[in-house]
Amino acid sequence: MTVILNQSFTGISIGAVLLLIALGLTLTFGQMGVINMAHGEFIMAGAYTTYVLQQSISAAGLSLLVALPLAFLVAGTLGALLEWLLIRRLYTRPLDTLLVTWGFSLMLQQLARDIFGAPNVQTRAPDLLTGHISVGGVTFANSRLFILGLALLCVLGLTLVLRLTPLGRRIRAVVQNRDLAEVSGIASERVDRTTFFIGSGLAGVAGVALTLVGPIGPTMGTNYIVDAFLVVVVGGIGQLKGSVITAFVLGVLQAVLEYSTTISVAKVAVLVAIVAFLQWRPQGLYTLRTRSLA
Amino acid sequence: MSGLSISRRGLLAGVSALGASAALSACGAKTGEDSSAGSAAKADTSGSTVKVGLLNSLSGTMAISEVTVHNALLLAVEEINAAGGVLGKKLKPVSQDGASDWPTFAEKAEGLIKDDKVVATFGCWTSASRKAVKPVFERYKSLLFYPVQYEGLEQSPYIFYTGATTNQQIVPALDYLKKQGLTRLYLVGSDYVFPRTANKIIKAYAEANGMKVVGEDYAPLGSTEFSTIVNKVKDSGADAVFNTLNGDSNVAFFKEYKSSGLTAKKMPVLSVSIAEEEVKSIGTQYLEGQLTAWNYYQTTPGSANSAFVKAYQAKYGKDRPTSDPMEAAYISVHLWKAMVEKAGSFDVAKVKAASDGITFDAPEGEVTVDGTTQHVHKTARIGKVGADGLIEEVWNSGKPIEPDPYLKGYSWASGLS
Repeated sequence: MTVILNQSFTGISIGAVLLLIALGLTLTFGQMGVINMAHGEFIMAGAYTTYVLQQSISAAGLSLLVALPLAFLVAGTLGALLEWLLIRRLYTRPLDTLLVTWGFSLMLQQLARDIFGAPNVQTRAPDLLTGHISVGGVTFANSRLFILGLALLCVLGLTLVLRLTPLGRRIRAVVQNRDLAEVSGIASERVDRTTFFIGSGLAGVAGVALTLVGPIGPTMGTNYIVDAFLVVVVGGIGQLKGSVITAFVLGVLQAVLEYSTTISVAKVAVLVAIVAFLQWRPQGLYTLRTRSLA
Repeated sequence: MSGLSISRRGLLAGVSALGASAALSACGAKTGEDSSAGSAAKADTSGSTVKVGLLNSLSGTMAISEVTVHNALLLAVEEINAAGGVLGKKLKPVSQDGASDWPTFAEKAEGLIKDDKVVATFGCWTSASRKAVKPVFERYKSLLFYPVQYEGLEQSPYIFYTGATTNQQIVPALDYLKKQGLTRLYLVGSDYVFPRTANKIIKAYAEANGMKVVGEDYAPLGSTEFSTIVNKVKDSGADAVFNTLNGDSNVAFFKEYKSSGLTAKKMPVLSVSIAEEEVKSIGTQYLEGQLTAWNYYQTTPGSANSAFVKAYQAKYGKDRPTSDPMEAAYISVHLWKAMVEKAGSFDVAKVKAASDGITFDAPEGEVTVDGTTQHVHKTARIGKVGADGLIEEVWNSGKPIEPDPYLKGYSWASGLS
């Protein structure tokens, strides 16, 4: 029983990581339709922000807390810059954005290598987050609880922004019908940039969380980019809840399969399951009915 | 966005096409056959300097470890040059980045031999990279000095192995665990040739020595998700973990290990790829009390070692630790120099013929080259990570162990090949 509970928690924590890395992408890819291959590098930017902060603020807990909003700003600014420089010229050519953003991601990787050096670096986790809580034989690692909480907080925040704020209403309006939104007086270009800023910023927040799990390196983003796209594609374009459900389902599936087989077999099985699912439901779990998306 | 028409399938096709093109270009590097294949490439020894190749991963997941080896190689080259060079010629190091990618290693090795005309090459860390460059060095009849402990069962005529083979590291480590009564082992490793072969040897040893392997798991190189493996380890009832993870997967593994409540007291982890430099970057807080198996530690006594540590720290910074692979890399250049001087020539065949019995007063103690296996006699040492991040020796084999890469002297290993 404890095995099942422990593994379920592992699955949920893998899901939380997936959700965090995919959340920004649900906005930029899901809502705006931009295939942003540099999303992983925004994650990296967030992680390095944590690292840099820890050089100047030695209290690990404090620097982690400060890193969260700062990483959001850093990654968001990079994203807004990318949107302003390149992507806004390519909204009608989605497959070109794939190549352009991939090139941008390579440049960011090289930039990180030049600034921070090629070897990966690590941050110190605050003592509080290196421990664990045991409840009846089930172990909850504090760092994983923190990531889970952070993921849920981000989902909640994003939902509130999209549902309740004027900005959210504008974003949804542009997604659903760009022409009509423009006619109604919405500056769609500015909305695009803001959406991209938020989406990229969330990648930065994911980067902060990932410093608790593994090393920070120039190519760390490439480890996560495919998983992030998988979550959004399976979840269905344009829908937050699809990504949330998919992230946790994939996480638990991965954990269960990994426990009973090996990592490689589990990875293959999850991919096969995704392919089979998309054959049955090519539009993903949920779809947004709009007039602009095919 | 109004003209947007993108399907999920189109996206996946695009993404996988990018992946496929990367894979294709990688394969292309590997199959870059040369028309002069089979003939020895001529090393250039005409000038007042000779070039030596340094082939290490300066980027990617292995850079955490390989950069330090590169530094140690440069230090050795510098020392030799300061003492007048080899056969009156100064050494000119040519560094190439293997980028933690095995086909890249093969490509760069070929470049070093063919284009730079190096007299010898020093480097490689993972067995996967060594296996990738082995045919290159054999084809061009050029020498590689490989400085890292490995899984044995190999004896290329063009490679000198200055790190430990299994009977100088893994077998003594198993002896040690057995003596401590830690007989139920869980094997965790990266998914490539070294951990898989090492674990085959461990399982054969365990069967013959009344130990039990209760679980075995492999993670892809560079993997950072270890929660499931750690859960499995925890539930397995093992006495100890035998860790053959490489590179910075160790960071993720030990973070997870600690946060799940496992400690060195409850279930020690014996690692064979974590040395002082890795301890430093993983974080002492995660590693204190855990065990390692090597032939050298920064704390190893002796004047040769204090001189080595002092020279290294003077060149690279006071806080830089020295480690076993660095030491093996450092001695590899000095051993090569001694071989060349004994042979009186840079010629590969003559250097090989002169290699047997070459000794060097190494930081780990005196080492002797075995000309038949092209390995080195080394003393095995088990150490424990201390609070200061250095490794304190808790046991050693007393004298250098003769290299036995095919484990011919061990009856339980007869089924391995």
